[in-house]
Amino acid sequence: MTDTRLWWMIAALSATAFGFKALGFVALGGRRLPVVVERCLALIPAALLAALVVKDTVTIGQDVVLDERIVGVAVAAFATWRKMPFLVVIVAAMATTAAIRYGLGS
Amino acid sequence: MILRPLRAMEPEVRRVIAATMAVNVAVGIFGISFGVASIAAGADVLQTCALSFFTFTGASQFSAMSVVGAGGTATAAFGGAAILAARNFVYGLAMSRMLHFKRPTVPKRLLAAHFIIDESTALASAETDDRLRRIAFWSTALGLFIFWNLGTLLGALLGGAIDPEVWGLDVAFPAVFVAMLGAHLRTRRGRVAAALGALIFVVLVPILPIGVPILAAATAVLVGAWPDSRRRSAT
Repeated sequence: MTDTRLWWMIAALSATAFGFKALGFVALGGRRLPVVVERCLALIPAALLAALVVKDTVTIGQDVVLDERIVGVAVAAFATWRKMPFLVVIVAAMATTAAIRYGLGS
Repeated sequence: MILRPLRAMEPEVRRVIAATMAVNVAVGIFGISFGVASIAAGADVLQTCALSFFTFTGASQFSAMSVVGAGGTATAAFGGAAILAARNFVYGLAMSRMLHFKRPTVPKRLLAAHFIIDESTALASAETDDRLRRIAFWSTALGLFIFWNLGTLLGALLGGAIDPEVWGLDVAFPAVFVAMLGAHLRTRRGRVAAALGALIFVVLVPILPIGVPILAAATAVLVGAWPDSRRRSAT
């Protein structure tokens, strides 16, 4: 991606993020949406975060690749399940993957 | 009020400030990982800082740079991140019912809107008193904004000096997503949506261009249209 395209992406994303925040807080403030719509919107993080986890754990580009990332993310999942702090989750995952890579000499 | 020494505050206000500051500092350290990861994905320092300053919604920033790092198009990076940002719309709706300003002018409300994110919504909605809620909101909003941006800058400056693979930094993205996902798996609907989103993604990855399967995974939210089958246990 060129530098200019990346800048455009950042500008568009910033405008969109602010648009969503303001639309809910200022424009539609106080009004209720149909229950079904609110329920679907509430599920956005669950659906997208799960897909992003899979993307960054087992794919490279368009290929499914199984490597040491899986172990790191499994550690992150365990730490999250044990309700450990955010930072512990991230550092544990990174340290695990880094240690395996170091051990394999890659 | 915030400038007054912590000791001179009422105990309740002190409790709220202390709770929000703990979150703010943690998020600031977390901001370092965004800075480093964003540089590793191919952005420069200014672009990385611009994301934290203007976009200011962590999950979307991570998502966008994760797609950029994977070699996706700008449109694909934008699409997934924008859909993820849509939850701020829900937070805005919720906060508009909870946050009552003394003089709710439009500029003030627009300014407040920029700070409506996961943490400010969570901490403000944890309070029951109107005034404490405002304090919790602004303390998180401004404190977190400052710490997140400082953390990002620090990480971005460090980023160039680090080999991301050696330090396991490529795993920072999925680890962040796993940590954020945890809270959304408490309901059955959340678990079904997550499983479906992951499945849709992995099936479509080899077929569609990079970044597009993330957009397709968003259709899993339609699980929300399903009527409650067992009212008592439905959450």
